[in-house]
Amino acid sequence: MEKERAILPLRFFAGIGDRVTTLWTGMVKPAMEETGFALSVFVNSVLSLRLAFRKRREIMYQVALCGLNGLPVAVIVAFFSGLVLSLQVGSQLLRFGQQSSIGALVAISMCREMGPVMTGNILAGLIGSKMAAEIGTMKVSEEIDALEVMSINPISFLIMPRFLAMCIVCPLLTVYANVVGVAGGFLVAKGILNVGWQAYMKEINTYLMLKDVTIGMLKALIFGMIISIVGCAQGLRAEHGAYGVGRVTMRAVVIGSVFVLVFDWFVGWFFF
Amino acid sequence: MSAIIELKGVHKTLGNKRVLAGLNLTVNQGETLVIIGRSGSGKSVTLKHIVGLLQPDAGNVIIEGRDTADMSYAELSELRMGFGFLFQDGALLNSLTVGENVALPLREHTRMTDDEIQRMVAEKLAFVGLELHENVMPSVLSGGMKKRVGLARAIIREPQIMLYDEPTHGLDPIMSSVVNELINNMKSKSKVTSIVVTHDMPSAFRVADRIAMLYGGVIIKTGTPQEFLEADDPIVKQFVYGEEQGPITT
Ligand SMILES: Nc1ncnc2c1ncn2[C@@H]1O[C@H](COP(=O)(O)OP(=O)(O)OP(=O)(O)O)[C@@H](O)[C@H]1O
Ligand SMILES: [Mg+2]
Repeated sequence: MEKERAILPLRFFAGIGDRVTTLWTGMVKPAMEETGFALSVFVNSVLSLRLAFRKRREIMYQVALCGLNGLPVAVIVAFFSGLVLSLQVGSQLLRFGQQSSIGALVAISMCREMGPVMTGNILAGLIGSKMAAEIGTMKVSEEIDALEVMSINPISFLIMPRFLAMCIVCPLLTVYANVVGVAGGFLVAKGILNVGWQAYMKEINTYLMLKDVTIGMLKALIFGMIISIVGCAQGLRAEHGAYGVGRVTMRAVVIGSVFVLVFDWFVGWFFF
Repeated sequence: MSAIIELKGVHKTLGNKRVLAGLNLTVNQGETLVIIGRSGSGKSVTLKHIVGLLQPDAGNVIIEGRDTADMSYAELSELRMGFGFLFQDGALLNSLTVGENVALPLREHTRMTDDEIQRMVAEKLAFVGLELHENVMPSVLSGGMKKRVGLARAIIREPQIMLYDEPTHGLDPIMSSVVNELINNMKSKSKVTSIVVTHDMPSAFRVADRIAMLYGGVIIKTGTPQEFLEADDPIVKQFVYGEEQGPITT
């Protein structure tokens, strides 16, 4: 009894040691490896952009595919975001009798924040999962190996077109989202807050700066890069058949969505 | 005869299975070497080491006098240009048609016109008896058909070194003979060096200059087909003659 009590603190510290080791080998190290891998995929994709002209048909195909898949969802979500935003902000403005400035607030919030973030999150689910599942299936069925053996670099053959396509599609859909969101905001302004079209637009023209739009576009561009690189890098790490493809697909969506928000914060903070 | 491919003391553990345990193998310029061994003995793993898809845990893979471990990605790519690799299950790109799969190496690495490529593809597909399937997606093909498309793709750039992973597996006897003839023709006409992995002993004896047997992660015997037929080693004998009783237990 006495003896056991004496070594209890030791056991406690040994326990901490074990946990730290488990944390290190089980989480920190794999996370670092994964980040390193994703960064190398990113760098190699950027380097192979010089082949973009030769791959223009594949790139256009990916743009069309991602764009058409994303457009309906992005537009619907943006529309309702605009409605909700206008209603929430408007109800507060009403208390101060300032509802006439609703146009500027909706437009700035949409362009800087809601437009890119909503679009980014939708694409992280839609396109991130698609890319991870597609590339992952190719990985586990030896298609990637086959490319390597034929001296065809899988990064420039498969990843770069997807990467570049998302760099185009994400900002593009964000433009649609912004327009639709602002239009949705107007419906609420008109119907509930009694703000007319001219007043709505005048506020936007006065207060919406080019900077608000470009920051939003920059965010969208960064989200497009993140989503495609995370999706493709996860796909390239797929192992063990269907199970592995499912696993990396889930991870691509989770990591993609989280990183969209994390980078949203950093970019917003940087340009505060 | 000079060695073109050398594996020296290659060790490889995959998962927690020790697959290769100090494997030594030499392939000479212009010969056809057949690797035999049981299912799961590491034959495909050995081939993948030769083209650099897997790196040894220990030991060296030396191609044309150069250690692949010392090569950059670009150099490895350059080296692989001289290789044709037939994957065990074809490894076709499922998003491309059969014709596009076969054309891929030409499209990526040559400046041939579409017409020239088209002609080459038709020729090679006819060769493996699939001229009518050019515009079909791989997913609708049978296993043996996929393998034949994979073969057409592997030979389309007329490489100097061919690696075949079970080329006749899943093929009917007539198609098997065609493939055996192909392997022999490439040797006699174009001096191609070939490594053929197979369990198909009749095929092995039709194409082999030398046979190597993989067992327990090492090559336990290399020799001419004749030497294999007359082998005393009970393990080799059991495998070559496909006997149920013997030192290899199931
Ligand atoms: N990626 C991998 N991860 C874990 N184990 C693997 C992996 N690849 C192969 N193995 C194991 O290595 C061993 C050898 O595999 P390999 O595919 O080389 O066999 P093989 O000799 O080609 O067999 P077969 O004739 O059936 O094709 C097998 O036991 C297999 O389970
Ligand atoms: Mg095999």
